[in-house]
Amino acid sequence: MEIKICGPGCAKCDEAYCNAMLAVKKRGQEVVVSKITDFQVIAGMGVFSTPAVVVDGVVKCVGRVASEDEIFSWLDA
Amino acid sequence: MEQQVANKKIGASGVEKIIIGVLGIGLWFFVYKSLAPVASFVVYDLAGLTAGSHLAEALEFFIYDTPKVLMLLTLIVFIVGVIRSFFTPEKTRKILAGKNEFVGNVLGAILGVATPFCSCSAVPLFIGFVQAGVPLGVTFSFLIAAPMVNEIALVLLYGLLGWKVALLYMVTGLFIAIFAGIVIGLMKQEKHIEDWVLAMQRGPALDFEENISWTDRLNAGVAAVKEIVGKVWIYVVAGIAVGAIIHGYVPENFMASIMGKDAWWSVPAAVILGIPMYSNAAGIIPIVQALLGKGAALGTVLAFMMSVIALSLPELVILRKVLKPRLIATFVSVVGLGILFVGYLFNMIV
Repeated sequence: MEIKICGPGCAKCDEAYCNAMLAVKKRGQEVVVSKITDFQVIAGMGVFSTPAVVVDGVVKCVGRVASEDEIFSWLDA
Repeated sequence: MEQQVANKKIGASGVEKIIIGVLGIGLWFFVYKSLAPVASFVVYDLAGLTAGSHLAEALEFFIYDTPKVLMLLTLIVFIVGVIRSFFTPEKTRKILAGKNEFVGNVLGAILGVATPFCSCSAVPLFIGFVQAGVPLGVTFSFLIAAPMVNEIALVLLYGLLGWKVALLYMVTGLFIAIFAGIVIGLMKQEKHIEDWVLAMQRGPALDFEENISWTDRLNAGVAAVKEIVGKVWIYVVAGIAVGAIIHGYVPENFMASIMGKDAWWSVPAAVILGIPMYSNAAGIIPIVQALLGKGAALGTVLAFMMSVIALSLPELVILRKVLKPRLIATFVSVVGLGILFVGYLFNMIV
């Protein structure tokens, strides 16, 4: 599995990134968490309000910081 | 049966929350109303300062205005946070897509105030709007109104200068956003958007209809207070401190010759000076209020403030990623002219 955090890298995006890391740690699985900061790529996915969380290519939330619990629930059990 | 029990539980905690809410608002008003007498008690009775002395005036200003503005800010940011939970950039885009000029510009400016978005989202948002077929001018109305007419500026203007100035600021701020958007739309600037933005494939339309309960909305309000008030309180306190010093120590009419009505050049000077200055409304308004008290003209001061808030270098640098220099220059000139107009207008009528 992989999680991508879309956002140019402001405080909110970092917060979302941290929450994703925490959620992954809680699941204890092999999940790659990465950041996408290129506007071109972000917009290409149909995302235009950041931060956004993308799990395995599916956009899960946009325009707000997803909580650790939310991201946790998006990961496979 | 289980369901019923669960419902009852939710109901009970809901009533509790409402009672706490009402008590909280009552307490808020009580404390708010007692700020003025407490401030004068501390300064004149407790500290024993003589009325009219520089120190007493500065201190009373600080002790009264700091909690007042922070309390107002907390209340309004909470309310705005709840209201904003009804809007998302996605819904806004849907509303604005395909709207013609003028109606679109007016809507764009108003939605710019109501829609929540992180300031670093300006570029993706711009791309999203362009892709969805929102006219360029309408997009600009949105992007200009969003920072200019914000709840922090309105609260501070209301708290320090009264509701008339706050209302004037809101109306003229919206006017500039609408006017600048219409002008940019008429100038057919689309070719000055960076080519890669125009060439981009339209991304898949995401439809997020998240179910939001009232509890979520109230939580959104609390989150807004934590985030915004937590971030700007220091600027408010610092701004009021500087304002207090100006208030107490700078002689009356000191600013009249530099920022007064008769100095015609002061309005353009204020606008130009404001562009490289990057401050949020929270830091600049207490200073603005103090300057007004010393003979600076309202129009000049408003122009300065608008320029500081709406035309900021960091924002221009971000926008440069999607706009060619020509369009950036057009944007700055049109908004600058609008601010200039507002500045002269106020100096004339007030």
